[in-house]
Amino acid sequence: MDLTISIIVGFMIFGALYAIHARDLLSSVIACGLVGYSLVICFLLLKAPDLAIVQIVVDTITLIIMVAVVLDSSREESYLKLDTQGYISAVTAIFLGLLLLYFYTVSIQSLDVLGKSSLRMAKHYIEGAAQKTGSANLVTGVVFDFRGYDTMGEAVVLVTAVLGVLTILRLRGKK
Amino acid sequence: MKGMTLIVKKTTQLIAGMIFMYGIYVIVHGHLTPGGGFAGGVVIAGSLILITLSNGGDFMKLIKEESGTTIIESLATILVILVAVSGFIFGTKIFFNNFLPKGIVGHLVSAGVLPLYNIFVGTEVAASIFIIFLSLIIFKEESKE
Amino acid sequence: MIAYIMCFILFLVGLYGVITRRNLIKIAVSLSIMEISTFLFFTLIGYIDGGVAPIVDPTDPVKVYVDPLPQALVLTAIVIGLATTAMLMAVIIRLYRKYGTFDIREIKNLRG
Repeated sequence: MDLTISIIVGFMIFGALYAIHARDLLSSVIACGLVGYSLVICFLLLKAPDLAIVQIVVDTITLIIMVAVVLDSSREESYLKLDTQGYISAVTAIFLGLLLLYFYTVSIQSLDVLGKSSLRMAKHYIEGAAQKTGSANLVTGVVFDFRGYDTMGEAVVLVTAVLGVLTILRLRGKK
Repeated sequence: MKGMTLIVKKTTQLIAGMIFMYGIYVIVHGHLTPGGGFAGGVVIAGSLILITLSNGGDFMKLIKEESGTTIIESLATILVILVAVSGFIFGTKIFFNNFLPKGIVGHLVSAGVLPLYNIFVGTEVAASIFIIFLSLIIFKEESKE
Repeated sequence: MIAYIMCFILFLVGLYGVITRRNLIKIAVSLSIMEISTFLFFTLIGYIDGGVAPIVDPTDPVKVYVDPLPQALVLTAIVIGLATTAMLMAVIIRLYRKYGTFDIREIKNLRG
């Protein structure tokens, strides 16, 4: 499982690199969609069918919105040559990345090996959860019963985002 | 935004209803099978977006009457807020109190209030995502004039 | 352990894009790539070898289930990601209508 996931994530890295370096903005957006669709395969391999259903539809809608924005424009990234500031920011990004990678590899030693997970809370969530909540789907039980406040916050954030979009995109105020 | 050809319109009319029904199925069976409020809501929004894309923006009379558009917008937003809040009124004195009888695990009518939460959250997600898409289309139509 | 490190490299690619690109669409794409790597990391933590999807079968109680808690957290985060991406796109399309370009340096110069 470790090797399979690694190969798929490798493809995702290639897609992400192409999305960042493409000249045409439309192909960049479509490469971003490729990364999202690969994530669906990873979710199915990791035994998370709920997430796979959500992600495959959400990725399609994100692609539609991004394409709708890009098609209005000239679609060309004005490809400037790297000047001094470009070099500085590239070197800064690579240095920051290496530093973060080092700390990540140090801190990852405290995690379990992939597939041998032994999270302390997992036992309490799984044992008797079906009897406590009455729901056969454990994810629904966790989302709406044990972690209900998370879901409430999520609903409020969603409404706030919709209000923000309506405020930004309004051209004419009410007379 | 103009619509597409007759073939696309007819095929969409046949398919979109089935996608809508599938979304309702995913929501209602959310406590038994994979899925739930979030997945089903996004699927329902997808079917509405499909109809709007194939039939064009003027299909929904978005640009004809200016006042009607704003009233519908505001009503929909208030509806989203009401639905988002009404999911939490159902608890008695404690938030998220599962006060209905649990039933047998694996039956359609079981799990107390969890199916109600699923239905409310599904409606909210579908409405808000469709509103985002509609506001983009309205912006494009209005800025073209 | 390779999967964890590859997942973080995907995050670093997104970070590189955010720092070095000057196009607004590219920045939004890089942000969504970083989001995707975070979702993958959360799901990797909860995976158990030989486990099945967390849906209880009452007739067969002895089964190993995958941890449902990270999946529940990611489930809400995906929908929020869609809403925030749409809001970012709304800001970008307003900026494009006003200045006629996606380049953040030109926008900065035009403001004067």
